[in-house]
Amino acid sequence: MTRTVTDVICPFCGTLCDDLEVVVSDDEKDLLEVYNACAIGAEKFLHSQAKDRITRPRMRQEDGSWKEISYDEAIEYTARMLTDAKKPLMYGWSSTNCEAQAVGSEIGEIVGAIMDNTATVCHGTSLIAVQDIGIPSCTLGEVKNRADRILFWGCNPAHAHPRHMSRYSIFPRGFFTGKGHTGRKVIVVDPRPTDTASLADVHLQVEQGRDYELLDALRVAFKGEKLPDFVAGIPKEKIYEAAETLKSGRFAIIFFGMGVTQSLGKNHNIDEAIAVTRDLNEYTKAAIMPMRGHYNVTGSGQVWGWLFGFPYAVDLSRGFARYNPGETTANDLLRRDEVDAVFVLGSDPGAHFPFSSVKKIYDRPSVAIDPHETPTTEVCKVHVPVAFVGVEVGGCAYRMDNVPIETRKVVEPPEGMMTDEEFLGRVLARVKEIKGV
Amino acid sequence: MAIRVNLITGRTIQQGVSMEAGKEKPAYTAACGIIELDPADFKKLGAFRNTNVRVTSGYGNVVVKAVEATQGPHPGVAYIPMGPWANMVVNPNTYSTGMPTFKGTPVEVEVAKTEPVLGSLELVRKGCRGELA
Repeated sequence: MTRTVTDVICPFCGTLCDDLEVVVSDDEKDLLEVYNACAIGAEKFLHSQAKDRITRPRMRQEDGSWKEISYDEAIEYTARMLTDAKKPLMYGWSSTNCEAQAVGSEIGEIVGAIMDNTATVCHGTSLIAVQDIGIPSCTLGEVKNRADRILFWGCNPAHAHPRHMSRYSIFPRGFFTGKGHTGRKVIVVDPRPTDTASLADVHLQVEQGRDYELLDALRVAFKGEKLPDFVAGIPKEKIYEAAETLKSGRFAIIFFGMGVTQSLGKNHNIDEAIAVTRDLNEYTKAAIMPMRGHYNVTGSGQVWGWLFGFPYAVDLSRGFARYNPGETTANDLLRRDEVDAVFVLGSDPGAHFPFSSVKKIYDRPSVAIDPHETPTTEVCKVHVPVAFVGVEVGGCAYRMDNVPIETRKVVEPPEGMMTDEEFLGRVLARVKEIKGV
Repeated sequence: MAIRVNLITGRTIQQGVSMEAGKEKPAYTAACGIIELDPADFKKLGAFRNTNVRVTSGYGNVVVKAVEATQGPHPGVAYIPMGPWANMVVNPNTYSTGMPTFKGTPVEVEVAKTEPVLGSLELVRKGCRGELA
């Protein structure tokens, strides 16, 4: 016999879909089928069942091979590494629940760590911009029920947030958007004609890295002022047309992604995008929202926001919270040799940091907490496998619009496997013993 | 002959699926150990589709398989899905923002038919040990 668990939350991207159905065996040990999820979400659930999954901690030996160790030994190594270090980096925190993030933050406070999350290579620059000029935002429910002008800037939800368009932004029929996609106008700004652009009414194929100019041109066009013939490779007629389309809506929403946060200009691009939203509010209702990547990167910003006052790049090494992106951010610290130990949980910097930073992790005492085998576990000294949050353990996560959603446990983790929160709790206890607090 | 293109990186759904299925698996290499080139750039390069190429920037180099752009045309722009291959060549400078410049790295692409595309774990391991060409 099997059992179907309904209303399961998907722990992949910031869309945090909450309508999955998962078929599990009667003893709740095996996960058999996943319905309603996108290809990536389904794969995440199914991979938890992989027969070749690593289930015990392991330590790298001198000759490069792995040796299996006990959880107790892994806890001891981690606690010693963190307390011995002068300035450890505790990085990741986005693929785990808020409960684990809170325990990790307490460890960071005691050992004087620098805490950074994946926003540092994702929407960190957006957070800087928000601190610069604020953000007029809304929830995805409002988008679904009200928005009739959708602008995707430098993001490709068809690939990165596959169900975003069907659940919230383009296709759904909401309270005031009963015509679904026929009642909405969609604009995509991207240097490539992406699969998302193929669904748009207007695609502005901006020259890569010229987003700031084009955003600025939109503000000029809103006011009906004169534009040069081409801005960022786009003819001025198309810019005026896009500006009119946005102004004529009842509710406009701008979603933006890595195309603007990672291109040159960085936080200034987002400053300008927010200014576009602000200007647009002179004519109609407009909001803007970052397309957050990891399912709980928003949550780690929330947790640190209420614990330390800053959403990422928090330096606790002086006994109080300090924040200075460019100085206390993971890549800058690694490249400048300013940290002497690296702890990674819920992220894979080995795959997603520039290689010059990865090499620095390899050169230091390092621990990776991750259910998967990844390039990060490959360069770390100790790898601790844990249960999948949202599959084998529940906990709180924040959707990209800052709505907290409680994820659900659907199957049992492999026997004897710890969760992030349990492992961190044990490390915290040991750190307190060593430090005598 | 080598061509110069502007490199951007980012997510593809194949990258996402193969990442969740296991970054140690060949499917991840097939999804991310590639560079998407525009047909016009293929012509300039003088190479067939699915040829291995070496991509070189001022920050490093990596061997990947050149495939035709799946979301094109975008002449002059090349795309490597986010992952260890792209990160061998992207501009790591954050310019005091904390954010490496993952998009917009000028790179040179040249044919490297006989050189293999390494798997993700082997690539970072060899890179860290200084065993890469």
